[in-house]
Amino acid sequence: MSTLHTVNKSPFATQSLLSCLNHAKDGDAVLMIEDGVYGALSGSGMSEMVQAKAANVVIYVMSPDADARGLSADKMLAEVKGVDYAGFVNLVTEHDRTQSWL
Amino acid sequence: MSTTKKFLYVNRKAPYGTIYALESLEVVLIGAAFEQDVSLAFLDDGVFQLTKDQKTDGIGIKNFSPTYRALGDYDVTKLYVEKESLAERGLTAEDLQEIMYEDEDDDWEEKPSLRFVTRAEMADIMADQDVVLSF
Repeated sequence: MSTLHTVNKSPFATQSLLSCLNHAKDGDAVLMIEDGVYGALSGSGMSEMVQAKAANVVIYVMSPDADARGLSADKMLAEVKGVDYAGFVNLVTEHDRTQSWL
Repeated sequence: MSTTKKFLYVNRKAPYGTIYALESLEVVLIGAAFEQDVSLAFLDDGVFQLTKDQKTDGIGIKNFSPTYRALGDYDVTKLYVEKESLAERGLTAEDLQEIMYEDEDDDWEEKPSLRFVTRAEMADIMADQDVVLSF
């Protein structure tokens, strides 16, 4: 049993990503979408926490949202995997529930 | 008789996730017609508005980032960017697009519009304005 968590807010503007990471269980997945993709930045105030969590939780970023914001692969954490819209649908089907951190 | 006032547009939101960034740009362009002393401030998540290589084809939203490069043609040439906000987000000046203007008082020499300032300097810039518009 596992949960797909989605985060759509910048981690520098709200506590949504922080709270999500603090509640996600081992084996869950976190998908950063919309302004949530800024959580995938390397060298930011959030990077260490995201990196640490990636050991137990798979972390994905919505590539079209990252591309729109100029976040190229070299600016993002290596631990974060890119997905497209079809990949988003697959993640929803692979998990027992989806929880949105608004 | 008209008087010139100092206007500051404060940008604190990332682009695309909300409409604030685009609306700010629209108001700046409208306001440019009134020949006031206009400055833009980019701090907190507002610095994300200026990142280079924005490609929005995949999300079906117009990429409005090239518009910042046109501001110089409207005599909007002071774009203040807060250094601490960049650093907290793992960004440097190299991650932002180059924005230039032609200085009519200096033989139309090309000069950078982005001015990188500290948080303390940004506070002074804010305190120096007649009108502050927040986005």
